[in-house]
Amino acid sequence: MHTLRRYRLTMVIFIVTTTSVAVGLMSYALRENINLFYTPSSVISGDAPVNVTIRIGGMVVKDSLTRSKQSLQSTFRVTDGKSEVDVYYDGILPDMFSEGEGAVATGEINGDLVFIASSILAKHDENYMPPEVTYALDEAAK
Amino acid sequence: MASPRWFYQISGRWLPWLSLLTFVSIIIGVIWGLGFAPQDAKQGNSFRIIYIHVPASFLALVGYYIMAISGAIAIIWKIKLADVVMKSAAPIGASLTFIALLTGAVWGKPTWGTYWIWDARITSMLILFFLYLGVIVLQKAYSAQGLSNKAAALLALVGTINIPIIYKSVDWWYTLHQPATIKFTEAPSMHPDMFQPLLIMIIGFYLFYVTALIVSMRAEIIFRERNTSWVKELALNLKDKRPI
Repeated sequence: MHTLRRYRLTMVIFIVTTTSVAVGLMSYALRENINLFYTPSSVISGDAPVNVTIRIGGMVVKDSLTRSKQSLQSTFRVTDGKSEVDVYYDGILPDMFSEGEGAVATGEINGDLVFIASSILAKHDENYMPPEVTYALDEAAK
Repeated sequence: MASPRWFYQISGRWLPWLSLLTFVSIIIGVIWGLGFAPQDAKQGNSFRIIYIHVPASFLALVGYYIMAISGAIAIIWKIKLADVVMKSAAPIGASLTFIALLTGAVWGKPTWGTYWIWDARITSMLILFFLYLGVIVLQKAYSAQGLSNKAAALLALVGTINIPIIYKSVDWWYTLHQPATIKFTEAPSMHPDMFQPLLIMIIGFYLFYVTALIVSMRAEIIFRERNTSWVKELALNLKDKRPI
């Protein structure tokens, strides 16, 4: 290969690798900040800050959702498979919010480790299925 | 071989076929996906925006590699055609990234409950949009074409690390965006009746990308070669055929 071309090729490879390593190290160092939410485990273990606005995320525990009959208040539990956290919310839950599905809540942890949410977002999974197939699968599971 | 003039002539023969295939596959994909594919059990009809969102996002990422690699080729081997590919790929990629962000926002409202969230996937996708815009702007930064090309190619190369970050962001960090439905290593986590039209749409977007790239490259070639004899001849021939 021509010397000049080899030099340019080396420069291109050098630029791409050094910037990749730099960005890689930065995002590794900032990984806690890049995460959108804290897990219930980090709330229980005390890693998540108390009385500061944060987000927590996890699966809504089956049969844990209770809605007030007089107001918009609702409570439910979120889990990451290891720990569970109680969430209290006063507002309209998103249409896609349901038990057994993911949810991300914004709010604060109070002294009793209850999460007082100011907004709730539903998180859906990557699986897509027609209603008939879901119905058939549910029937087969029974 | 690989001269702008050669490319202009040969691509002129491909273009009608490519346009036809693009048109046919996108029409079939849209009608099948929006009209005949079953609705999703949880999301209902709102999931159908996947038929635009996923193909646009795919090509936004693939298009960035096409732009960056041709930029590298242009820097190293000084091939004129590679410069033209890089310049033409930037606005197409920016448009596709914008479509991906827009359809994502429209999809996010009925499913997540918000148009926008600063999670790793969406933020890195916004960075991709700004990288594309940066490349477009740098193309016009210097009056000397060679300098502009080099600056744009360098930015494109620096930005390549963003592509694996976008792709893996949903696995590396906690995000609101769900993980990928279509994976390279496993079967898609989607019912075949829904996946088949999506596949057609992805093929259609690939064809659209190639067609749009060729159309834009041809215009750029004519502009850059405007003082050569073959372009002047071409212009004279056109004038004879279609008098103004």
